[in-house]
Amino acid sequence: MAEYKGVMIYCEVNEGKLAAIATELLGCGRKLADALGQELCAVLVGSNITGLGKGAIASGADKVYEVNDPLLKDYQTDSYVTVMEKVVKQAMPQILILGQTSIGRDLAPRLAFRLDTAAAMDCIALAIDPDSKQLLQTRSVYGGNALATFTSACSPQIATVRAKAMSPLKPDASRQGEVIAIKADLDPSAIRTKVLEKVPEEVAGIKLEDAEVVVAGGRGIGNADGFKQLQELARVLKGAVGATRPPCDNEWVPDAAQIGLTGKIVTPDLYIGVALSGASQHLTGCSGSKSIVAINKDPEANIFKVAHFGIVEDWKKVLPAFTEKVKELLGG
Amino acid sequence: MNIIVCAKQVIDPEAPPASFKVDPSSNKVVPPPGVSPVISPFDEQAVEAALRIRDAQGGKITVISLGVNLLRDVVKKPLYMGADELILLEDESFAEGDSWSTAYALAMAIKKIGEYDIVFCGRQAADWDAGQVGSGIAEILGLPGVTVAKKIDITDGKARVERVTADGYEVVEVSLPALITVSNELGEARSPTLKGIMAGKKKEPVIWKPADIGVEASQVGAAGRRTGLLKLFQPVREGKCEIIEGASPEEAAVNLALKLREAKII
Repeated sequence: MAEYKGVMIYCEVNEGKLAAIATELLGCGRKLADALGQELCAVLVGSNITGLGKGAIASGADKVYEVNDPLLKDYQTDSYVTVMEKVVKQAMPQILILGQTSIGRDLAPRLAFRLDTAAAMDCIALAIDPDSKQLLQTRSVYGGNALATFTSACSPQIATVRAKAMSPLKPDASRQGEVIAIKADLDPSAIRTKVLEKVPEEVAGIKLEDAEVVVAGGRGIGNADGFKQLQELARVLKGAVGATRPPCDNEWVPDAAQIGLTGKIVTPDLYIGVALSGASQHLTGCSGSKSIVAINKDPEANIFKVAHFGIVEDWKKVLPAFTEKVKELLGG
Repeated sequence: MNIIVCAKQVIDPEAPPASFKVDPSSNKVVPPPGVSPVISPFDEQAVEAALRIRDAQGGKITVISLGVNLLRDVVKKPLYMGADELILLEDESFAEGDSWSTAYALAMAIKKIGEYDIVFCGRQAADWDAGQVGSGIAEILGLPGVTVAKKIDITDGKARVERVTADGYEVVEVSLPALITVSNELGEARSPTLKGIMAGKKKEPVIWKPADIGVEASQVGAAGRRTGLLKLFQPVREGKCEIIEGASPEEAAVNLALKLREAKII
């Protein structure tokens, strides 16, 4: 039997380009492959991806597998798992890494069960054990209250990695690598789902995950109207508005505004948390921010444990004056 | 419509973060004293999804919980909410499983139940946050799956599922039977009514051991694991927050703005 060898990165494609998570994973994969003294390969799956392999090579891959087929236009569990099963069986990687994204969350576990192996989801650190050469997978558990390090003796070892947990390499267009096309060979009747419609629910303005300033509100904001004040502050700071889970569940803001374990991961220069307690699952999504400011009337609120600056007062009395002063300081 | 829901008893994720403790010698979480376990919130929403379908078109809801030391008042909550039957996979050999061994046992139990149109799971359990068991059950049973659903409509033997994505949602049509995992965007799960609690109290859960679902004890729980937990630990938080004061909240707000300007943060 052939041996499992090398590191494979599943590279997501977004709007015709390599997604940011793909280059982050390639950066991480390069280190792991070097630690093992093995090859790093990338997999691209989609319907119009020809040419993107070069970008993966520039970002660290030695080899790229491309699976290009009109049936792969939309991510669907049945088609993507089948294609990835084929790629893994052909390439036999020791390690397979995907992003903890809408696709990775769905694809990784199902693929792991298909391949009769195990996956570790939402890892924030990956390393090679110097003795066993196994992948050490560190992930957040208990809603971010704890971290756990796992290993598995099964092959391949599959992990998904959280967005922004890894750094991409500086792209080097002079890097050389091989691009190998693999045929999808899909049977359309074996795809048991159909994507009828994609409904964007973007929060207006700057994209939350790209914003340099994030103003986030929690349950204490109380209603949709309250969030208008947060929007005003975000506008002044040229930032975006986010939220914890309760405002999304109560439809004060769109679901896409949710920051945390099951929402978006943000790492802005400035994060302002207003009337939110700082549940661990929320902090998971924002604790990588450079500066954290908390406004909450409860001095015991968990958010003050991660904040750099805080005000212990009712946000309703603080925010208008704060916004005014910021406006004045920024001359707008 | 026959619906099966998998629901897990977990340590209450809403317990104050300060009460969360890990015992490093055993790599286990110490349950916070005086805080009752709960049904994992996403699993409650999976029960809610099932109830909404039954409300609209009738049917039967069977709930499965797997574990040891399952507190009856906790695992019966889906019955109190309105589910019809409760099956407990309760045996020492089911304890300390990972996603693999848990999905395997649940899949075998679902196979034994036999007739079903939809299997619902929460998108992930509030303890290990892996989010793999639903996909695993679907793969073992050969079912199509849709994960992270916020709305489910049934028409003509198919489910129309709104699946949450990073930038909104997509509408996915799936043939039945199917496995669907449910996310919080579905909306809050209903609270049990007094009538529901009275009815649920009278129902006795069915208890299945490994032999009842045709598996060996060595295939489930800790013995059936494919992953090893090397270390469980709590991240260290710095905890150096500078509290900005003022004679009034408004003055504190102005001082905060000045402070951020001075530190070149804004």
